[in-house]
Amino acid sequence: MTRNPIVFLLAQRLSLGLLLLLAASALIFMGTEILPGDVAQSILGQSATPQALANLRNELGLNEPALARYFDWLGGILRGDLGTALTNGQDIWTAMSGRLANTLFLASCAAIIAVPLAIILGVIAVRYRGQWPDKLISGITLTSVSIPEFMLGYIAMFVLTVQFRIFPSVSTIYDSMSLGEKLHAVAIPVLVLVLVVLGHMMRMTRAAILNVMQSAYIETAELKGLRPITVIARHAFPNAIAPVVNVVMLNMAYLIVGVVVVEVVFVFPGMGQYLVDHVTKRDVPVVQACGLVFAAVYIGLNMVADIVSILSNPRLRHPK
Amino acid sequence: MHKTVTTKGRTSLNRRSFLGRASALAMTAAVGSAMLASGARAQTAVKGGTLKMGLGGGGSTDSLDPALAANPVTFHLMRTLGEQLVDVTPDGQLEMRLAEEVDSDAEAKVWRFKIRQGVTFHNGAVMTPDDVLATLERHSDEDSQSGALGIMQGIESMRVDGDWVEVTLTTANADLPYLMADYHLQIQPNGGRDDAAAGIGAGAYKIVAQEPGVRYTFEKHAEYWDSERGHYDAVEFLVINDATARMAALQSGQVHIANLVEPKVAGLLNRAPTLEVKSVSGRGHYVFVMHTDTAPFDNADLRLALKYAVNRAEMVDKILQGFGTIGNDTPINAAYPLFDDSLPQRTFDIEKAAAHYKASGHDGSPIVLKVADTAFPGAVDAAALFQQSAAAAGIPLEIQRVPNDGYWSEVWNKEPFCASYWGGRPVQDQMYTTAYLSTADWNDTRFTNAAFDDLLLQARAELDPAARTATYAQMGAIVHDEGGVIVPMFNDFIEAVSNDVQGWVADGGGDTMNGLAPHKTWLAS
Repeated sequence: MTRNPIVFLLAQRLSLGLLLLLAASALIFMGTEILPGDVAQSILGQSATPQALANLRNELGLNEPALARYFDWLGGILRGDLGTALTNGQDIWTAMSGRLANTLFLASCAAIIAVPLAIILGVIAVRYRGQWPDKLISGITLTSVSIPEFMLGYIAMFVLTVQFRIFPSVSTIYDSMSLGEKLHAVAIPVLVLVLVVLGHMMRMTRAAILNVMQSAYIETAELKGLRPITVIARHAFPNAIAPVVNVVMLNMAYLIVGVVVVEVVFVFPGMGQYLVDHVTKRDVPVVQACGLVFAAVYIGLNMVADIVSILSNPRLRHPK
Repeated sequence: MHKTVTTKGRTSLNRRSFLGRASALAMTAAVGSAMLASGARAQTAVKGGTLKMGLGGGGSTDSLDPALAANPVTFHLMRTLGEQLVDVTPDGQLEMRLAEEVDSDAEAKVWRFKIRQGVTFHNGAVMTPDDVLATLERHSDEDSQSGALGIMQGIESMRVDGDWVEVTLTTANADLPYLMADYHLQIQPNGGRDDAAAGIGAGAYKIVAQEPGVRYTFEKHAEYWDSERGHYDAVEFLVINDATARMAALQSGQVHIANLVEPKVAGLLNRAPTLEVKSVSGRGHYVFVMHTDTAPFDNADLRLALKYAVNRAEMVDKILQGFGTIGNDTPINAAYPLFDDSLPQRTFDIEKAAAHYKASGHDGSPIVLKVADTAFPGAVDAAALFQQSAAAAGIPLEIQRVPNDGYWSEVWNKEPFCASYWGGRPVQDQMYTTAYLSTADWNDTRFTNAAFDDLLLQARAELDPAARTATYAQMGAIVHDEGGVIVPMFNDFIEAVSNDVQGWVADGGGDTMNGLAPHKTWLAS
């Protein structure tokens, strides 16, 4: 039987990912179940009569057993129905898709700059390891990663908007804006996010390549008289791809699911603010939907990292 | 946010003089605007331009349905999109808006509002008395979830009579017209029954784009009836919940007005040459509430001990940075009509606090005060000051800091001792009815006092202002001495406004000129 090992591996990863997503959905549901506070009470407010509360609970199906409600919810998702928000009655997917698109826009702007920059800086740091360029790069990136992101945001805001008025401090984007206007609006949050994720990715690239640099074949390459940068780029880096991709994907996931503080500071209409607003109001269907999307992003990106690692490693590509 | 920001200027017009004027002068729009004109309209308004406001206090869960409005952003939305029958001017006068005239029977039990002619809604429909009736009915419906439901409960019946809408009350209430100024009660076509959240009202601006929790844009309603208001071509709200970001947006010129300025930055901000900080005192106050039915707070001596152990002046100084006034353990201050200032001011008194504490026979175990920053700005710091001043009198306070999330559903009105705030109400009756009547839903001090309840009902039916003032003074004294509320301070409204904005009028009725900055201000040409 001829079986393509790569296809098999990919299928295996994919099904594992889906299984993981199912487990995540159960966890999300359990999490929202144990949130303190009653949904009906949150919707109707303090002055609600007991009868009104009972009516609403009944209407929302809150009197059903949790397991039945879980499968009900899961069934809805499989049919592509995320439900409607309790607080303002909007269709969740309609409201969320715009936010998700914004978040992806901000994350990809930051990633397009941060990922190549981190890898190039990592390679340079290895080339001049122990010398001043290495120390300078490490110093700057470690400093930026150590400052809380809201602080970086305020500093950038103070310098670039209040003092010099180069960029707007409010990064609200909306549909009628052109791409150029959008890019101008998100310039400062992108800068802050780049500074936040750069250090982690750059240090990991540096460490992974340095690890490979200990190998005997690198010594051989050096003895052959290859230029140091060629040794690193052609011989060391390809073997360090797996750990680098892993950390890149981890940071990409952070850029999508973890930037609520930056969103708040720059008034960016992304997923994080949307989620937090609805948690505060106990709008459980929205919280669950957001949780599921975040889980899917995390699992999806990690799956991509796994697959790239497999493809980049001949031993995994051609298992005996 | 559980409490409305229903605060509508001080009301110095008493019932009798009001009734007199209402019937004799038939308070027309002309009179209403003439009273306004006496104030600030020295400069001529410049038409046009776009006003941008950076507003804190909104979320992506916000709706345009007036019934559901409860936070600062939805308050501004309502004030920009719609209008009520009447409004309250900065100096506390009643101003006719969508009603042209108000009158009542001699007992103040049946009230009639003459509906203004020629007012057009944003959807092009002409406003009729039926729309008014439908609006009032929607907000008084028990299932409506309206924030105005509480003030509509005293209404027995309503009907349309020609150009008039007639409201019959179960008991006399001289304050009824003031209650109609509540911002939830903006008139909508068919009362908003078709689509309350569509944002269709009769205000000076109509909604163009809305993204809850992010931004709202408005354009001038071309058929708006009042040429004295609504000078801008367009208005834009940016929801900026982060205080530092809001101030940066103002300083960088992205917005003209920023609301909810923190007292601690107000002084620094005022140094910036391009803007000015505006502050105005109102009826909002910060409180520590004790459940008078729960040990140890069921002991009157212990409550007095805690009241004497608060250093109010220090709190106004350090928590409000001077942007406020000291409280006197009643929810009423001089901003209310029929206020009686004969109640002695309670001051920080270590001896009295210690004496009452000793008399209470408390076992010396720490008294737990729950607090979160959401209770009011600086609540955690205020609790720490309270702890220090109480310790000086030998009273052990233990501060438990709890999360902001869930504070209004899990802590406030549930825990026996916590921090909170009130936005105040236009009249004393409404404030007491909302939170101090024994049967009130929001009786957050579990205050049950039969004498107090009797006085409240008596004051409502009392038609003589002097007698009413005396009754309110008695009620204030009861709450002051026996109540479970500690009122250390009344807070000012603080806003920061760009120098480009002209025509600003101080209005303690609410945030940013009681929500009327888009209507009454203009940009310097």
